Amino acid sequence: MLHITDLQSTVADKPILKGLSLSINAGEIHAIMGPNGAGKSTLAYTLGGRPNYDVTGGSVDFDGQDLFDLAPHERAAAGLFLGFQYPVEIPGVSNLQFLREALNSQRKSRGEEPLSGGAFIKLAKEKAGLLGMDMEMLKRPVNVGFSGGEKKRAEMVQMGILDPKLAILDETDSGLDIDALRIVGAGINTIMRAPDKAVLLITHYQRLLDYVKPDFVHVLAGGRIVKSGGPELALELEREGYAEIVA
Amino acid sequence: MTAVALPTRRSEEWRYSDVESVASIWPVAAPDVIVVGAGEDVARTLLQDAADGAVIVRDFAVTIGAGGTFRAHLLNIGGQLGRVTFDVTLGRGAHFDLNAAIIGGGTQTLEVVTVVTHAEPEATSQQTVRSILADHATGSYLGRIAVARDAQKTDAAQSVKAMLLDRTATANAKPELEIFADDVKCAHGATVGELDSQALFYCASRGLDPKSARTLLLQAFIAGLFDDMADEAERERFEAAALAKLAALNMAEKLA
Repeated sequence: MLHITDLQSTVADKPILKGLSLSINAGEIHAIMGPNGAGKSTLAYTLGGRPNYDVTGGSVDFDGQDLFDLAPHERAAAGLFLGFQYPVEIPGVSNLQFLREALNSQRKSRGEEPLSGGAFIKLAKEKAGLLGMDMEMLKRPVNVGFSGGEKKRAEMVQMGILDPKLAILDETDSGLDIDALRIVGAGINTIMRAPDKAVLLITHYQRLLDYVKPDFVHVLAGGRIVKSGGPELALELEREGYAEIVA
Repeated sequence: MTAVALPTRRSEEWRYSDVESVASIWPVAAPDVIVVGAGEDVARTLLQDAADGAVIVRDFAVTIGAGGTFRAHLLNIGGQLGRVTFDVTLGRGAHFDLNAAIIGGGTQTLEVVTVVTHAEPEATSQQTVRSILADHATGSYLGRIAVARDAQKTDAAQSVKAMLLDRTATANAKPELEIFADDVKCAHGATVGELDSQALFYCASRGLDPKSARTLLLQAFIAGLFDDMADEAERERFEAAALAKLAALNMAEKLA
C-alpha cells in the first residue's frame, strides 16, 4: 500500500530524513519509535505534504500512485489520513460542518455523490460513539476548548468518518490518560484493523502498543530506519532505552 | 461630520480615507438622526453593497436615552469608497452595540468610523469589527471613545481584527480613548493577520481543496457577527452577501 524508497527531506532547508525506506502492506500495522529529533514527525508531515517540508530525494508510492504528484487534499481523497500530534483549533467552524465539507470534498474528487445531511449525521453519531464522544461536542468549534485527550479522540472520530485506507498517526497517544488511551486504542482497532487498511503509528512509548498490537516495529534515528523487528522490539526498547539500540 | 469644507487627510477622521473620491459627492447629506428614547431598544441594519465605483458616505447621529439600547449591524462591502460613521451619545445606563464586517478587494476603501460619547454614568458600549481585505483594498476602523467627567462605571469595549489576503492590502485600526472619569472600564484590542497556514494545512489534510479551505476559514473569521440579528431573513441576506463578496474576491487565483 505504501512503499517509501530512500526518502530524503528537509524542513526549512535543514536535512532531516536521510534515506528512509519502508514498505507497508494492506492489513498491517507498523509502529515507528525513536528518540526526540529522529525525524518521526517530519516523516508524517512529509507524507502529508505540509508546506516547508520539502522532498529532496527518493520516492513514495501510495496504492500505485506517486504520492508526491498529489496535493495534500488529493492525498486525503486518495485515502491518506494524518493524525496530528497537535490538532489545530479552528474557531467559528463546528466539527460537524468541518467534517461534512471535508468528506464531501473528498467524495467529489473521487467522483462520488455528496452525502446528504441526514446520512452524514448518522455516520458522525456512530463514529463519535466509538470514541465515547457525544454529538454536543461535535457541534462545538473544531478543537476549540477541547482538552488534550479530547482533541486526540476528536482526531479519531475524524478518522472514522473519513474512512481512510492508510492512517499515519503522529503521537496520537501523547496527552492521554490511561482510560483515554484504552478508548483511543480500541477506536484505532475498530476503524483501521481490516484486510484492506493499514496504519503507521508514530510513538515514543510502548504503552499505546499494548492496545494496538503492531505487526512490525521500526526504530527511526538520524533520519533513517536503523532497526526493524516484530512487537518484541518495542518491549526491548522500553527496557533498554534508545541509546542501546541506536548505538 | 458637520464640516462644510471638503475633508483632507490632515483631519484625523479622514486620515486613511479616499478624499479624492469624496470630492465627487461633496457636500454629503446631513446625518441620519436616530433618537432612542429612555428604556427603548432600537436595532438598525445596513448592508452597504453599492455598485463598483460608487462613492458612499453614510453618517448616523444617535442619541440613546437612559436605559435605552441601540444595536447596529453593518456589512460594508460595496463601492469605491464605502464610509459609514456613527456618532453615538449614551445617557445613563444606556447601551450601544455595533457588529460590523468590512470585506474589500480591488482598490476599494472601506471605513467604519465611530465616536461614542459616554455622557452619563453606567452606560456600556461594545463594538466588534472584522475586516477581510484583498488586493489593494484599504479597510479602516477609527473608534473614539469619550467618557465625560461624571460618567462613572462606564464600560466600553472595542474588538477589532483584520485579515489580509494579500500583502498589498492595508488595514488600519485606531482606537482613541478620551477619559475624564476615574471609575471606568475601557477595553480595546486590535490585531492584523493573515490566514493561518497551519489551519489551511489541517483543512487540506482532511481533504478540503484550497479554495474551500480558505472560504471556510474566512467565513469562520466573521462568523457570529450577525448571529444576534432579530430578523432572520435579514440575517440570511447579510450572510449571503458576505459569502458572495468573498467568492468575488476570486481568491483561488491570487492565493493558490
